Amino acid sequence: MEMDGRSSSSAVIEADSVSLQQSRRSKFIHQFTQQSLPACKPVLSPPFVISVFFVVGLIFIPIGIVALHASRSVVEIVYRYDGECVPEPYRSNKLAYIKDDSISKNCSKSLKIPKHMKAPIYIYYQLDNYYQNHRRYVKSRNDKQLLHGLKYHDASSCHPEDANHGHPIVPCGLIAWSLFNDTYSFSRGVVDLKVNRKNIAWKSDREHKFGKQVYPVNFQNGTLIGGANLDPNIPLSDQEDLIVWMRTSALPTFRKLYGRIEEDLDADDVISVNLFNNYNTYSFSGSKKLVLSTSTWLGGHNDFLGIAYISIGTSLIFIAFVFLLLHVNNPRPYGDTSNLSWNWKPISS
Amino acid sequence: IVLRGCELRNTKSAIGVAVYTGKETKAMLNNSEIIYLSIFLVTLCTVVCISHGVWLIKHKDELDLIQFYRKKDYSGSEVENYEYYGWGMEIFFVFLMSVIVFQVMIPISLYISMELVRVGQAYFMIQDDRMFDEATNSRFQCRALNINEDLGQIKYVFSDKTGTLTENKMEFQCASIGGVDYDNGKASSEDGGIEYSSAQVDGVTLRPKMSVKVDIELLNLSKTKDTDEGKHIRDFFLALATCNTIVPLTIESSDPAVKLIEYQGESPDEQALVYAAASYGFMLIERTSGHIVVDIQGERQRFNVLGMHEFDSDRKRMSVILGFPDNTVKLYVKGADTSMFNVLNNSSNTNNNIIKPTQAHLHSYSSKGLRTLVIAARELTLSEFQHWQSSYESANNALMGRSNLLRKIAVNIENNLGLLGASGIEDKLQEGVPEAIESLRMAGIKVWVLTGDKQETAVSIGYSSKLLTNEMTRIVINNNSKDSCKRSLEDALGVCKKVKNGVSGAVNSQLALIIDGSSLVYVLDTELEEQLFELASKCDVVLCCRVAPLQKAGIVALIKKRTDDMTLAIGDGANDVSMIQRADVGIGISGQEGRQAVMASDFAMGQFRFLVPLLLVHGHWNYQRMSYMILYNFYRNAVFVLILFWYVLFTGFTLTTAITDWSSMLYSIIYTSLPTIVVGILDKDLSRATLLKHPQLYGAGQRNESYNGKLFWVTIFDTLWQSIAVFFVPLVAYWASNVDGSSLGDLWTIAVVVLVNLHLAMDLFRWYWITHAAIWGSIIATFVCVMVIDALPFLPGYCKIFVQYYRPNDIQIAREAEKFEDSRVSRQVQIEMTRFRDPLTQLV
Repeated sequence: MEMDGRSSSSAVIEADSVSLQQSRRSKFIHQFTQQSLPACKPVLSPPFVISVFFVVGLIFIPIGIVALHASRSVVEIVYRYDGECVPEPYRSNKLAYIKDDSISKNCSKSLKIPKHMKAPIYIYYQLDNYYQNHRRYVKSRNDKQLLHGLKYHDASSCHPEDANHGHPIVPCGLIAWSLFNDTYSFSRGVVDLKVNRKNIAWKSDREHKFGKQVYPVNFQNGTLIGGANLDPNIPLSDQEDLIVWMRTSALPTFRKLYGRIEEDLDADDVISVNLFNNYNTYSFSGSKKLVLSTSTWLGGHNDFLGIAYISIGTSLIFIAFVFLLLHVNNPRPYGDTSNLSWNWKPISS
Repeated sequence: IVLRGCELRNTKSAIGVAVYTGKETKAMLNNSEIIYLSIFLVTLCTVVCISHGVWLIKHKDELDLIQFYRKKDYSGSEVENYEYYGWGMEIFFVFLMSVIVFQVMIPISLYISMELVRVGQAYFMIQDDRMFDEATNSRFQCRALNINEDLGQIKYVFSDKTGTLTENKMEFQCASIGGVDYDNGKASSEDGGIEYSSAQVDGVTLRPKMSVKVDIELLNLSKTKDTDEGKHIRDFFLALATCNTIVPLTIESSDPAVKLIEYQGESPDEQALVYAAASYGFMLIERTSGHIVVDIQGERQRFNVLGMHEFDSDRKRMSVILGFPDNTVKLYVKGADTSMFNVLNNSSNTNNNIIKPTQAHLHSYSSKGLRTLVIAARELTLSEFQHWQSSYESANNALMGRSNLLRKIAVNIENNLGLLGASGIEDKLQEGVPEAIESLRMAGIKVWVLTGDKQETAVSIGYSSKLLTNEMTRIVINNNSKDSCKRSLEDALGVCKKVKNGVSGAVNSQLALIIDGSSLVYVLDTELEEQLFELASKCDVVLCCRVAPLQKAGIVALIKKRTDDMTLAIGDGANDVSMIQRADVGIGISGQEGRQAVMASDFAMGQFRFLVPLLLVHGHWNYQRMSYMILYNFYRNAVFVLILFWYVLFTGFTLTTAITDWSSMLYSIIYTSLPTIVVGILDKDLSRATLLKHPQLYGAGQRNESYNGKLFWVTIFDTLWQSIAVFFVPLVAYWASNVDGSSLGDLWTIAVVVLVNLHLAMDLFRWYWITHAAIWGSIIATFVCVMVIDALPFLPGYCKIFVQYYRPNDIQIAREAEKFEDSRVSRQVQIEMTRFRDPLTQLV
């Protein structure tokens, strides 16, 4: 008896909940098919818009100030050396200078540190007018070969740097072939500054894109040398300069990380840069720069962000004021049906 | 052309011809924007390839060895050019490549999403309970999917009358007999009639198929045989039962003891009258050419039909001469009031007593929209009858001009009549028709009624459906020759001008044009068409009566040829098919007159009044949604293409895309399509109640307010500026930094997707949870997709996932946040500006 009673009552409850669910669902379907689902209908009213403008403007200006401050606190030294490092007699024909292997490409320069630079100090090289995003260039690589080495024979995308005298090249393609080969070393007084050149490439690239078992083969053996050579005994995953270079830049003016100085540099320190100006940018009037920069939470030195935030913020507040004036001087009653066009037409005519 | 739904039978082979193809397809007829976009696309491609050419020529000497170009191939034994075919070919290749890269501009996906949206809209129209016809248990039907949005732009409605405005069910409503008004609206009951409205024949009960509401008072009076009044009434009903051309048919019913009588005849009015007479106990049972059998309140009587003068449009009456069982001969005449009062006997006193009140009743009937007929009778003396009979026979036997002779005889005999009374027949309007027409007219839609009925009927229906009102100036054109047509058209135009200039009275006086089929014969397809169009476009209402089916189509064509306005034709019968096909939108009423109209139509519905929700609500929504969706699609594709284009400017014009190919492909499929479709189906700018309250809001569609050239260019301009903002802000921020192509590309991808979805979100009128899900879902889906695309090793691109963890890319996060904010804000600025401009222009 008890069992029966319980089971029947539970059945009743079940049926109830089912019918409730069904009725809810049918109500939903009805609302849906009759297009009368509950909805929120925001109307942009002048007070709402004006206050949104004010608030957004007021948020933007402090963000901009903080960003600008951060950007300004970055100490950045940019040294363009592509012109200076060419010896005087070759200034008129730089191309001859860079092509002539017999001339020493060594070049030194003293740089004065304007402000205290906190470690780590990033060393970049910057190239201008260098279309690393050129379609012809971007396509000239073989990702599978980079990861798996010679197991992949098809390197046609790398042509004309796919093979040399019938032997395949690893890494193939124009990008690898044109690897940047200027080198920098720094010293403060007589003490060399240690440059850490590890961990300059993305970890993911090193681990997943470049093979640990892949060694350079037949690289830079052709008639035409495009750039740096690679040590055939080091696997590609450890050739960080190559990995950095192979991550082609988005824009024709770009920087690439060269290494880090892990010591603080004090204001008015003089450091001497000793560089080998090997890379040929003279054939296309590109420039080369050496950049030393500290970093903040916002990255490098770039005032644009802060200025953009501040200017947008101020213009928002200005526009909000204009709207406010317009609204106060010439208010339009909101939702007044007598303003509907057909209601006032007869009067005007 | 074989209509959809037709079946071909008994044929072995069929030859098909494709029609409405090529330039005549809907897509081509509607494609000026596509052409603009193509021009835009070609311009982009040309800019790219010319710049590329310039770049090549400028760097001519450097190309051989430059690291990122390397024209020379040293790998072989000889130095040769690698993939370089002269600058001319290079430019050509770049052009072709740019076409491929920028092809997103031509919104092929638009057509797909438009189709989906239309299916959704059709679904909602079909599901709408307010367009559900309970009488026939039928829902709204969408038979064409590609013209939903046209419903929002209708300017002319061409309506059939019978079966469309009216139910095509004539119903005897009231009678004025002997100067007394028996309006059965007062005390009606069906029960009273039933016992008499059946007759026994050979043990089988006969019953009319339809019973009419009966006025008990009148019924009781009709049973009294002694009083004058009773006689009068009996005479009246006898006239109704006999003076017609109806043929009674007995049909089996479910009950074998009961047979139904169905009255068949040309005129539904006569049917209604005979049914009415039957309900009052004067049941027509049998008709042959020689005699009529009428069951008069259970008592069978047989009358000889001595002669009959059929209805013709000059006399506007018909008459029958009956020989009674008691050898008296009586003439019964039935006709339109205008023709009948001239032939009544004015001399007798009783007659005069009747005429006045009858006329008053007739006036009140017709102002109620009832169709009136006057019935009169005269007892013929023997000499009169013989005289008539001889001339009738000779006329019948005449070889030449028989109908004229007969008419003359009829005119001779049909005089000095004693008035019996008048009947009011209701041509029952469908439910809600007057209100519907009122709303349509307020919405600025011109309603034209095209009917095969005669002018009087059409006009009376015009009044009862509030199409015509008493304040209107009526222009009537009835002509039988071209010249007179021309003259009356010119006159009408003159009247028109006068009225519009306010010379003849009220400022708001409206014009109604009434034109008949015989005049239209001379107007359509001649140079007079132009004048008619001019006239008709000035008139608020146009009534065309006595028009042939083909003329209906001709009238529709008259409008379609001369304006771009959308036309809608609505009808229910086979005679409306040509009109329905000719109009932009054809609507079939699934009524009694067969299925042809529905077969030929784009939409089918049960009642005329559904036109109001269909046009004012669904039409408005569909139009507004569809036009917004098209503009938005242009916008969203153009923003994307422009970003690709701006980037090309920074790659030596070589069509490198920072945005991965996968993202380009998925952009219009996953990243942005769903919100568009949801908005296209669900968004409502105004609620149903508002739209129905202010039918004038429909004008937005008629004036092309949501989709026109100006808006198109504004959108394109908007696109330009937004794409510049989205592209150049990160560009400047990342200039001379170590960002790589795919990172920046992903940033752009996400920025664009967030931008266009937010743009959509800001233009939305109504937020349903579905909308929320679609918009935010799309953005999230984009993030996921971008990550997956970059993470999968076989897809081009790099592991973007790590971007955020790697140090210099803190900028990226900040940049993303910043850029979304600023593009959104810029959007707000624009909206606000337009919002403030509105009241100002209104005040001016």
